[in-house]
Amino acid sequence: MLRDEDRIFTNLYGFESPFLDGAKQRGDWEGTKELLDLGREKIIELVKESGLRGRGGAGFSTGMKWSFMPKKTDGGPVYLVINADEGEPGTCKDREIMRHDPHKLIEGCLIAGFAIGATACYIYIRGEFYDEGSNVQRAIDEAYAAGLIGKNACGSGYDYDIDLHRGRGAYICGEETALIESLEGKKGQPRNKPPFPAMAGLYSRPTTVNNVESVAVVPTILRRGASWFAGLGRPKNSGTKLFCISGHVNEPCTVEEEMGIPLKELIEKHCGGVRGGWDNLLAIIPGGSSVPVIPKEICDTVLMDFDSLREVKSGLGTAAVIVMDKSTDIVKAIARLSKFYMHESCGQCTPCREGTGWLWRVMDRMVKGQARVEEIDMLLDVTKEIEGHTICALGDAAAWPVQGLIRHFRPEMEKRILDYRARADRGGARMAAE
Amino acid sequence: MPKLTIDGQEIEVAPGTSILQACEQMGIEVPRFCYHERLSVPANCRMCLVEVEKSPKPVASCAMPAGEGMVVKTDSELVHKARKGVMEFLLINHPLDCPICDQGGECDLQDQAVAYGFDRGRYAENKRAVRDKNLGPLIKTIMTRCIHCTRCIRFMDEIAGVPVLGATSRGEHMEITTYIEQGVNSEMSGNLVDVCPVGALTSKPYAFTARPWELRKTETIDVMDAVGSNIRVDTRGPEVMRVLPRLNEDVNEEWIADKTRYSHDGLKRQRLDRPYVRGQDGKLRQASWAEAFATIRTKLAGLPGTAVAAIAGDLADCESTVALKDLMAKLGSPNLECRQDGAKFDASKRAGYIFNSTIAGIERADAILLIGTNPRWEAPLVNARIRKRYLQGGLKVVASVGPNVDLTYPVKHLGAGGDTLAELAAGKHEFLEVLKGAERPMVIVGMGAFQRPDGAAVQHAARAVAESVNAIREDWNGFNVLHTAAGRVGALDIGFLPGEGGRDLEGILTGCASGEIGFVYLLNADEIDGAAFGNAFVVYQGHHGDRGAHRADVILPGAAYTEKSATYVNTEGRPQQTRLATFPLGEAREDWKIIRALSAELGQTLPYDSLTQVRRRLAEMNPVFAAPDRVTPAKWGAFGKKGKVDGGHFVSPVTNYYMTDPISRASVTMAKCTETFLKPALPAAAAE
Repeated sequence: MLRDEDRIFTNLYGFESPFLDGAKQRGDWEGTKELLDLGREKIIELVKESGLRGRGGAGFSTGMKWSFMPKKTDGGPVYLVINADEGEPGTCKDREIMRHDPHKLIEGCLIAGFAIGATACYIYIRGEFYDEGSNVQRAIDEAYAAGLIGKNACGSGYDYDIDLHRGRGAYICGEETALIESLEGKKGQPRNKPPFPAMAGLYSRPTTVNNVESVAVVPTILRRGASWFAGLGRPKNSGTKLFCISGHVNEPCTVEEEMGIPLKELIEKHCGGVRGGWDNLLAIIPGGSSVPVIPKEICDTVLMDFDSLREVKSGLGTAAVIVMDKSTDIVKAIARLSKFYMHESCGQCTPCREGTGWLWRVMDRMVKGQARVEEIDMLLDVTKEIEGHTICALGDAAAWPVQGLIRHFRPEMEKRILDYRARADRGGARMAAE
Repeated sequence: MPKLTIDGQEIEVAPGTSILQACEQMGIEVPRFCYHERLSVPANCRMCLVEVEKSPKPVASCAMPAGEGMVVKTDSELVHKARKGVMEFLLINHPLDCPICDQGGECDLQDQAVAYGFDRGRYAENKRAVRDKNLGPLIKTIMTRCIHCTRCIRFMDEIAGVPVLGATSRGEHMEITTYIEQGVNSEMSGNLVDVCPVGALTSKPYAFTARPWELRKTETIDVMDAVGSNIRVDTRGPEVMRVLPRLNEDVNEEWIADKTRYSHDGLKRQRLDRPYVRGQDGKLRQASWAEAFATIRTKLAGLPGTAVAAIAGDLADCESTVALKDLMAKLGSPNLECRQDGAKFDASKRAGYIFNSTIAGIERADAILLIGTNPRWEAPLVNARIRKRYLQGGLKVVASVGPNVDLTYPVKHLGAGGDTLAELAAGKHEFLEVLKGAERPMVIVGMGAFQRPDGAAVQHAARAVAESVNAIREDWNGFNVLHTAAGRVGALDIGFLPGEGGRDLEGILTGCASGEIGFVYLLNADEIDGAAFGNAFVVYQGHHGDRGAHRADVILPGAAYTEKSATYVNTEGRPQQTRLATFPLGEAREDWKIIRALSAELGQTLPYDSLTQVRRRLAEMNPVFAAPDRVTPAKWGAFGKKGKVDGGHFVSPVTNYYMTDPISRASVTMAKCTETFLKPALPAAAAE
């Protein structure tokens, strides 16, 4: 369990002021100039050493991502874009950061931007986060007024602007290239890669897109040392992480924990356990709606980090733990996710546009059992036809929950189909008898 | 130069080549719907997926640049499975209306379904239906068939430059639409029918009229403007069913303008299918060829050559023009004119009246000055080339002296008329510095600059501008004349111009009024007011009952461009040949044959009996005709007439793009376009 002194987000629950006065008391903006004085290469090297992996879901090394940015440019603008379009169902970690600790993000933006040689930073925030956006904006204003960002930021001689942009609540705009399109004022549709944003991103300029949490932890990592961060968690899955636990637990919460904490411990320690006790657990979606569900047997032992969850064919994703006890209609739960993906598909590329609707319609019948048993295999086949064939990962995200369901709960689906048929047959027999 | 392996074979390609293009170079076919070689690459249909070694997922080959050492498989199990999946997705919401779909038989989706479709559907849910959109009188929509490839959006944005199409909504509710319902107001909109890979956008006038396999295809040339677009005419029996573009990178690439594509229904209306002679009562009555010829012979008897005149019109082909010139010479008439619009320019040097840079040459220019022209209406494909050049980047500026209109790219408007040109010619205008700084400056002069009394002075001034900015060099000729009439350059090349002591158009018409001209032969000339001919005896040879025929005393029915094998020279000076797609109507005949027959009747028999012989005569007249389909570069020299350029505005000769000649004026479709797209913008009288 994470010791209190190792916590990065010390105002996660908003007990103190989220603004500059409170932030300074918590140690933010302290010696930021010295951190910048380390130089671009050194900062990137330290972040690499810390083993920080992107907190947006894919888990790609943050330092590595920064190192893809061109070392020398033609002198034109280079952008850092912060993905604050937190829309993954079950996820509520970036929201807490922006609501209660926005200066962690702003300071992180300055350091990350400096490390990649950015000239400006855009924070693209989900439109529904109205108050959070207002807090971030106030934090930006405070930082400008205090000379922490803007011209000669923190007295470092580095000029840096940060701008907040509110999105309009489309899930797909959380995909980094769709976010860039949306930021440019276009319809939010993912771009093809290559070219990657580091080569041609916002306005076709070199751009890095980072998650809020990934950036917000950077100042603390630099202050406390890369080895401190790397020492937490397991190798290659180091550091602390915000977990958002929702669903059938006694006390749903967002909590900072060490990477690699056992799932069971996470729930028992921080959430007051599963409703009705651990044995009443049916299944857990461990990383936000787009990762496959895992049944209780796996939940008993699995560790919460990128690689452990990948081994059980699920994923850490955004670390949004959705807990479902035995009262849950698991087929209906996953069908609801299918409906979500159908609704949020951008419609640009074929497999996702057509496939997500197909998935939902079949899933909707599966909920009632109004299907044939062979259709389960067909459903699985359709998910495989979507997976890996799309421009962005939304197709995969739509396919995985259904695959997880079929992998672990096939008997439940079959039973439902047979029950439905039996009921229909009995009804038919009664009618014939009458 | 990356070297990669595709299906076991090595190939070296130019940097930036996509895998799909590399496959094409090797002759490996990769199915695709959204990819179009002239449009940007969205990679959204996902049909062109291929397997690339070391890549965990199949890769969209249209968007992936070929990289050094890549190992690509286009025929593996993985690839087939991926493509079959995509095909299934495309078909689940596609209606099963192939039997009544106009795209049937030439549908990409149908063709690919044969290769990658399942033999049965697994989709048991309800299909999607989408409301059709009204895109105007040319494009029919059946939006339920749309596969969302977005080619139409990209065509309108990129090639046509009229960004009125877009996609609204998300996911399976995504729809192609103009958002606020409006027609697609572009002269290039018909190409949407060709770029749409399925039957979502089809030709409205052609709807339900024919199946592609019943049509006879004839490759020929368009005459609706002076570009000479290469077209394919599809006919069923005696009827032209539709007109499609044919690939010619030098002229029209693979596009055609709407008038080219849709005016062919004018070929079925107002046609002259037999000779007519005006009787004593002043009314035209049907006559036989013999009677018509006899009437002409009687009228010509005793008339001196100087009292005879001939005018070749916009649609006159070179064969009949040369025959008429030879006949006039035999009759002793020097009064020849091919500029029925009254354009005045010096045609003594060929370089002075053709588009010297060539249309493809626009892509090499880096500064363009338009003088008295609205290329968007006078030659939409020339305009599309300028837009293409603009999009390529590196084009410093397009400037215009003349009409200030939206040309789909930014234009610096220097002035409206002669004043500005005079300043430029005198070296007093600051814009000259821009042209001088350009590597390949281009000057394009339109008919609007010549159709005025000081036309020759305008030509002289334009030449002065071109010469002063170093646009005329060994390796580059930046002086261009943009014609609007298909027959004009050919007639100029033949020299269908006033001979020694001959009268030009103005002279002929004053002659008619004063009675000095007693006989006028109109060859496809329809743009002159009939009253101007006074009491002269008028023979009209042509195919439509338009202005010329109304005034005529004898009508000789000729053949339209789809009904004869004839030569037309486009504005670049490129002679191209049409081919007979349907036979001339009724008693109508190919035009040169009519003149040949008349010459025999008049006792002045012309020395050719076959098309080959006429063409030999053409080549004799001007060697450019010996090299069809090619542009023979013209020698530079002094042309134009030094004089004062009047300050008046240059006005484009085209006031209604959709109706410029007898064929398009007879077309119902073109009338509908005028009604839809122009009437709101035109004053009431002009729209009528």
